[in-house]
Amino acid sequence: MDVALKLTELPRRTAATVETVEDLSPNDAIARRLRELGFVSGERVEVMAAGPFSAEPLLVQIGFTRFALRRAEAARIRVVRAVEQAA
Amino acid sequence: MSAAGNIRLALVGSPNCGKTALFNLLTGSRQKVANYAGVTVERKEGRFNAASGRSYAVLDLPGAYSLDAASLDEAVTRDLCRGFYPGEPAPDVIVCVVDATNLRLHLRFALEVRELGKPMVLAVNMMDAAKRRGIEVDLAALERELGIPVVPTVAIRRDGAEALVAKLDGVAGSIHEPRGHMSAAAMVDPDALHAETRRLLSLAVTMPRRTAEIDDTLDRWLLNPAIGLLSLATVMFLIFQAVYAWATPMMDAIDAGTVALGEFVGATLPEGPLNSLLVDGIIAGLGGVIIFLPQILILFAFIIALEESGYLPRAAFLLDRMMSKAGLSGRSFIPLLSSFACAIPGIMATRSIQDPRDRLATILVAPLMTCSARLPVYALLIGAFIPQQQVGIFNLQGLVLFGLYVAGILSALAVSWVMKKWRRDKGEHPLMLELPSYRIPHPRDVLIGLWERAWIFLRRVGGIILALTILLWFLLSFPSAPADAVAPAIDYSFAGRIGHAMTAIFAPLGFNWQICIALIPGLAAREVAVSSLATVYALSAASDEAATAALTPVISDTWSLATALSLLVWFIYAPMCISTLATIKRETNSWKQVGIATGYLFGLAYLASLVTYQVAVLLGAG
Repeated sequence: MDVALKLTELPRRTAATVETVEDLSPNDAIARRLRELGFVSGERVEVMAAGPFSAEPLLVQIGFTRFALRRAEAARIRVVRAVEQAA
Repeated sequence: MSAAGNIRLALVGSPNCGKTALFNLLTGSRQKVANYAGVTVERKEGRFNAASGRSYAVLDLPGAYSLDAASLDEAVTRDLCRGFYPGEPAPDVIVCVVDATNLRLHLRFALEVRELGKPMVLAVNMMDAAKRRGIEVDLAALERELGIPVVPTVAIRRDGAEALVAKLDGVAGSIHEPRGHMSAAAMVDPDALHAETRRLLSLAVTMPRRTAEIDDTLDRWLLNPAIGLLSLATVMFLIFQAVYAWATPMMDAIDAGTVALGEFVGATLPEGPLNSLLVDGIIAGLGGVIIFLPQILILFAFIIALEESGYLPRAAFLLDRMMSKAGLSGRSFIPLLSSFACAIPGIMATRSIQDPRDRLATILVAPLMTCSARLPVYALLIGAFIPQQQVGIFNLQGLVLFGLYVAGILSALAVSWVMKKWRRDKGEHPLMLELPSYRIPHPRDVLIGLWERAWIFLRRVGGIILALTILLWFLLSFPSAPADAVAPAIDYSFAGRIGHAMTAIFAPLGFNWQICIALIPGLAAREVAVSSLATVYALSAASDEAATAALTPVISDTWSLATALSLLVWFIYAPMCISTLATIKRETNSWKQVGIATGYLFGLAYLASLVTYQVAVLLGAG
């Protein structure tokens, strides 16, 4: 079952796929940079951990790289939970 | 200026690709660090000669994730690669450095660079780390698909750049502009770049797993809310204890050398103003500053090693929430940590903070971090007034020093919090910080980094501080006392008069006129305050024996504990460094910000010292 979530709503250490990055405003520079960092449709993404205070920021694995993203940044990223593969 | 026949290389790459390590490997110590014309982005140039005898000039461009620049650093890289940067010739060959373990991110940038249509070589770096992780990169396939020369490099191995140099030597004269695979319209389409990256990865790269096991394990512990914060506190505390404990033997040696040189010169030259200038002014003044080089080097060795190891961004991750509450960002952590060594490189390091508000807030509170120039003052006062005794497993002097550092940090958080409330800012300020793979720092990179810092510090010593030491000596020596003088000669000098006048303002803080005199040259650089005190007391001493005696017993006899504490607190806040203020001016391009920084720091310093002194006197420490 495909359910689109915000990355912030994704449980920790759960595999998911990026669907899109939403612009919160016209020419959203943060959304543009997120796409440049690899948050584009079809990429595997996972929330690995969260910071010690108020669970901020999130430690996000995208591609082969880890980024620290604040929740406001991560909320721009729409993801779909990965369907369990048989193989 | 590069001589005719030189080939100009530009190293470009995303942050953490090992570009600077490769630059250090290629050029060794033949580096020149300056700024790009008109901006404050650091410009590192070096040169090397290949086996062919050809000589190369290499420019280490600022790291960039994209040519669609989001910061001043990235804009410099973009303009230079395009050959548009004013005053800089276009590079003959662009060497784009990518990390073999992070190709998904870095190849996308390499494709963007290739679309510029300039002659280019791709250096696939950290091939050793890739091999250890079982990552296979088919360089021939990459070369074929990209249409540009591709070479493997290992920046941490002595011969790790041989393939790159051989390739450059072989083709430097004949590297052609790459044939673009995509149309110009595709270049602005991020999806097309990603699709091409994905195609290249599936063709040329096999990876057993996406991350290094060691990174996963370390991150699980070091980013754990409890264990991570505890480790961070331990690391910081150990650094400060080490700075204090390890530097002492080296400082003693420098001190002995300075005294011996002063005695030799004093005995060799005939009595007179020249003798006095050399011994009391220049040798004593410079010696009192160079003595603190060991502490600066030890602190920077830790900072550089932490930076190279990949731990610093983890520290930023742990502290981001706390710092953003205070109106800063996790990214502020690195500039602020650098400010512990010196606010000048710290303020310059704020260029990596893309958000203007976070950057300004970081610049304004950076002077509150206890810079190494304050260490001389702290070391002198702590040594003279705080007993050398154990408190549990800790040294009391070390604890007081730690307390002074903590006071600076807490004040910085409080000040930035107030600034945030003041602005009532509701805008969004991004973090988006990469946490690179853990690496063992290479000694070469640490040593070159240390050499740069030591050079910057010594140049300041040689320039501003020497000039001020001589000026101070003049103020202290002229006009000379009348023949029938009863008071010490210094009472008749210009400096004595200025110092006495200043006591009217600073008496409520418990400062005597000697301290007031030392504060004047201390304005140019804090560490001068110590050498000035030495000069003030040496010149006002009755005999040669007293003049050569160490400053420590003099001040512990003549100052009260309340005065010492008040002066310690003064140095937490005081805007006592013209070089820092000049850097703020250069970085913000605004005299208003310089005025704000100076005003609030002076106000805080006066208030805090006043409270400290008056409370200490009430408690009987006067």
